[in-house]
Amino acid sequence: MLVLKGVCKTFDKGGVNEKTALKDISAEIISGQFVTVIGSNGTGKSTLLNCIAGLYGVDAGSITLDGLELTRLPEYRRASVIGRVFQDPIIGTAPSMTVEENMALALHRGSRRGLSRGIAKGDAAFFAGKLKDLGLGLEERMKQPVSLLSGGQRQALALLMAALKRPKLLLLDEHTAALDPAIAKKVMDLTQALVREGNLTALMVTHNMKAALSCGRRTVMMDEGRIILDISGAEREKMTVDKLVALFEKRSGHILDDDKLRLSGG
Amino acid sequence: MSIAAAAGSFELGIIYAIMALGVFISYRILNVPDLTVDGSFTLGASCSAILSVAGQPVLGLLAAVIAGAAAGMLTAVLNTKLKIQALLAGILTMLALYSVNLRVMGKANIALINTPTVFNTGIPSYAVSTGLLLVCAVFVYWFLNTKAGFALRAAGDNEIMARSAGIHTDSAKLLGLGIANGLTGLSGALIAQYQSFADFSMGVGMVIIALASVIIGEAVLVKRTLFVRLLAAVVGSVIYRFVIAIVLQLGLNPVDLKLISAVIVVLALSMPVIGKRFKRREKQGRGN
Repeated sequence: MLVLKGVCKTFDKGGVNEKTALKDISAEIISGQFVTVIGSNGTGKSTLLNCIAGLYGVDAGSITLDGLELTRLPEYRRASVIGRVFQDPIIGTAPSMTVEENMALALHRGSRRGLSRGIAKGDAAFFAGKLKDLGLGLEERMKQPVSLLSGGQRQALALLMAALKRPKLLLLDEHTAALDPAIAKKVMDLTQALVREGNLTALMVTHNMKAALSCGRRTVMMDEGRIILDISGAEREKMTVDKLVALFEKRSGHILDDDKLRLSGG
Repeated sequence: MSIAAAAGSFELGIIYAIMALGVFISYRILNVPDLTVDGSFTLGASCSAILSVAGQPVLGLLAAVIAGAAAGMLTAVLNTKLKIQALLAGILTMLALYSVNLRVMGKANIALINTPTVFNTGIPSYAVSTGLLLVCAVFVYWFLNTKAGFALRAAGDNEIMARSAGIHTDSAKLLGLGIANGLTGLSGALIAQYQSFADFSMGVGMVIIALASVIIGEAVLVKRTLFVRLLAAVVGSVIYRFVIAIVLQLGLNPVDLKLISAVIVVLALSMPVIGKRFKRREKQGRGN
């Protein structure tokens, strides 16, 4: 279970560009729950993910995952329990390393990286099996550097790598936003399949309201660094994009001025 | 070029190739512009010279590796723990080593005349240098294919991804710069024994020479597997020595050598930009 207690984050505190990104965020996500997070630009969605992953330290509050206190752990230590996929497909993989070498990097997430062979006997066959499941033919290209792959292929690989070791938490930061619609759908389907198969706890930020309601079991809406809406169960099943927009405007007290968020909902 | 001169160039190329392997690790694998090299090269030569004078040339090589690695690690600590830019961290270590090297040698230079070296044991000197290069190259190739080596490559390739995969990128830099400068120290140590001479300023511009070797090698051997890339650094180092020998034979004043080295590196680095401009112009020309 992921527990956030009173998490606050302000950038450039006391400076001219002071910006409060998270205001006293508290939430609990039970193990195996797939939660989608929506909100317009600059409402703190990505900051929340980055604070959980350890990219930024928090100003106040605590973050625990399955009883493990993450708040003060450096990012690379948290990575042993957290898998991440970024919006930019370039960030999720090491471009000059081959497909199988990237898979090997993911396989040893959280374990000591000593002087034994980077790709052990039998690893290649295991990777090939996993890559075959993607249905992108990457199992035929295991010796090629990742830089030769398309954005969609890289993102699918990054997703597979993030989920490979069954992390206690999977963080997805608009990971299909930069892809063509066709491959975006494929990556989204793959996401749901991986989360289901691994029974993963996942937190997915998205701009797509429809996807936010159709994926996972719970939807959280953020505005100005706060959680203003948190729906699940029957309430969520009856929810439509239009109702969600209306609810947003009622709760936040201002109209939803993010065209991207609105349009992608239709 | 006479056969003797060619053999000499080849051998120098082989010895300097050990440094090129080190610089390949820092520049190409770790993606860190590490200027420690100029200092760690001389540090290796200094250690090698005083221990050779003391009758321990092999120990001199060993000391050079350790001292060089320590220098590289110092740069890594300055960079990662004290958050000093990599370029500046390297310059700082290099500057500090200037004094250290003079302290180690006790004077500005040491001549190794009638001194035992690894090159006058009776074994042909080319066998000694080639053998040592082979050991270093096999070590680098083996290391970069271990789990730790993968971590180091990932840290240099994509730091954000590396950290998100649980790699401690600071440790990777520490290890990488340690190995890179350990190799550089060994190269300096061998040069001192090969030329029977160590000088406090012999490292000036070494980083550029090593970088030139790496770039020349990449231009000659374009296939991008790790093995070929390591081989390229070695080939580049040998070609560089031949180029220098040829321009010297053409009557160039040795004083201008560093200038030539700088020009070679500028040309090699700007090749992609110049190539693109040239292509664009060609295209426009055809359009008209």
